[in-house]
Amino acid sequence: MIAIINYGSGNLFSLKSSLQMVGLEAVITSDKSVIQSAEKLILPGVGAFGDAVEKLKTSGLFEVVKSEAQNGKPILGICLGMQLLFEKSFEYGEHQGLALLQGEIKPLSAVCKNLRIPHMGWNSLNFTKQSPLFKYLTCGDFVYFVHSFYATNCDESLIAYANYSVKVPAAVQKNNIYGTQFHPEKSGEVGLKILRAFGEL
Amino acid sequence: MLAKRIIPCLDVKNGRVVKGSNFINLADVADPVVLAEKYSLNGADELVFYDITASAEGRKLFTDVLKRVAEKIFIPLTVGGGINSLQDFETVLNCGADKVSVNSGAIKNPKLISEAAKKYGDQCVTLSMDVKRVNGKFTVFAKGGRENTGIDAIEWAKFGQDNGAGEIVLNSIDTDGVKKGFDIEMLKAVNSVVTLPVIASGGAGSVNDFINLFKEVDVSAGLGASVFHFGEIQINDLKKQLKNSGIVVRV
Repeated sequence: MIAIINYGSGNLFSLKSSLQMVGLEAVITSDKSVIQSAEKLILPGVGAFGDAVEKLKTSGLFEVVKSEAQNGKPILGICLGMQLLFEKSFEYGEHQGLALLQGEIKPLSAVCKNLRIPHMGWNSLNFTKQSPLFKYLTCGDFVYFVHSFYATNCDESLIAYANYSVKVPAAVQKNNIYGTQFHPEKSGEVGLKILRAFGEL
Repeated sequence: MLAKRIIPCLDVKNGRVVKGSNFINLADVADPVVLAEKYSLNGADELVFYDITASAEGRKLFTDVLKRVAEKIFIPLTVGGGINSLQDFETVLNCGADKVSVNSGAIKNPKLISEAAKKYGDQCVTLSMDVKRVNGKFTVFAKGGRENTGIDAIEWAKFGQDNGAGEIVLNSIDTDGVKKGFDIEMLKAVNSVVTLPVIASGGAGSVNDFINLFKEVDVSAGLGASVFHFGEIQINDLKKQLKNSGIVVRV
């Protein structure tokens, strides 16, 4: 069973439906014991980094998620959920993340002046390392992004990037810690293949 | 490379898809769920649903349709029509919408843009603008294109960007329903003053109109309604031809 961590950040309807579509049992939960007994975790999220950390902390889930991940449970962070896996973010101030991965989150607007932001739409994946997450994918497959901040200094965990003036980290992995900057639950067939591969870990 | 998006737009009234010419003479087309599935299979990059019902019963039918679509179609869904409050955002987001499009509601209460962006994130707020030339000036119209607000479209687009909109849909009333091509001049004018992604709407009649659009203006997406609903353009065919013309699309 996969626990989709519900800390009041974003709409989880599509995520749950997409997991069901590929035959994976999923529950949306903020219950610590459910999270602890789940086989895998998904950390979703939309909105601002600082708010999300605050919500995770006030709901008491910050430490639970961190320790479950540190104990080897597969976890997939999606979009802001991926960013939360890193050490810190410079989105509206400076905020500490879960620090499960090395790297920092910075604004895309700093990349160049005329870049259209958010980076919104379908962009193609370039793999940099093999990952079980890409079991069913082909290099060049398109996935759906929508974000204004991106991960930097994350070579250690980078497994795929997308070109958007810079190499935007699209997916990361270090051992049992997985993250996608894009939304697999909004990326059509390709996204469903990623969720299926995560389910099969 | 970021792909140019092709977005079919479904106007829904009492749970059915409709599309009129120049915003009037509505004609019933089909079941929204069936159409949405067909478009997704054919390579639509995103779907837009506008609720054009005024009644509470129609509203309920609309959210039911939305849920049924979100349960089995996994591409971004934008919802608009009658969005006047944060509660309206909440209702459609809970039914599976990813982005919410505000139009007349934001004209009536401009704070709606910043409040919604703060609560749900910038990526969630699409500013939809119906624009028409009045005495040579691009002017924003409200209420489905019936009411001249006197607001300058360029200023309104900038306001949207400064207040947290994540995207702009620019619909030209002058070319809407006419099927003779997008309003390149209007799109250039708005697109050049914002750094938000802009979606072109109004006037799509042929594959060449889309090719021309992406060659002429650096917009992020092209939106169409009746050309897709009546099968005049098949989305998979359109994307193939765009690709052959050197435009990056997801095929």
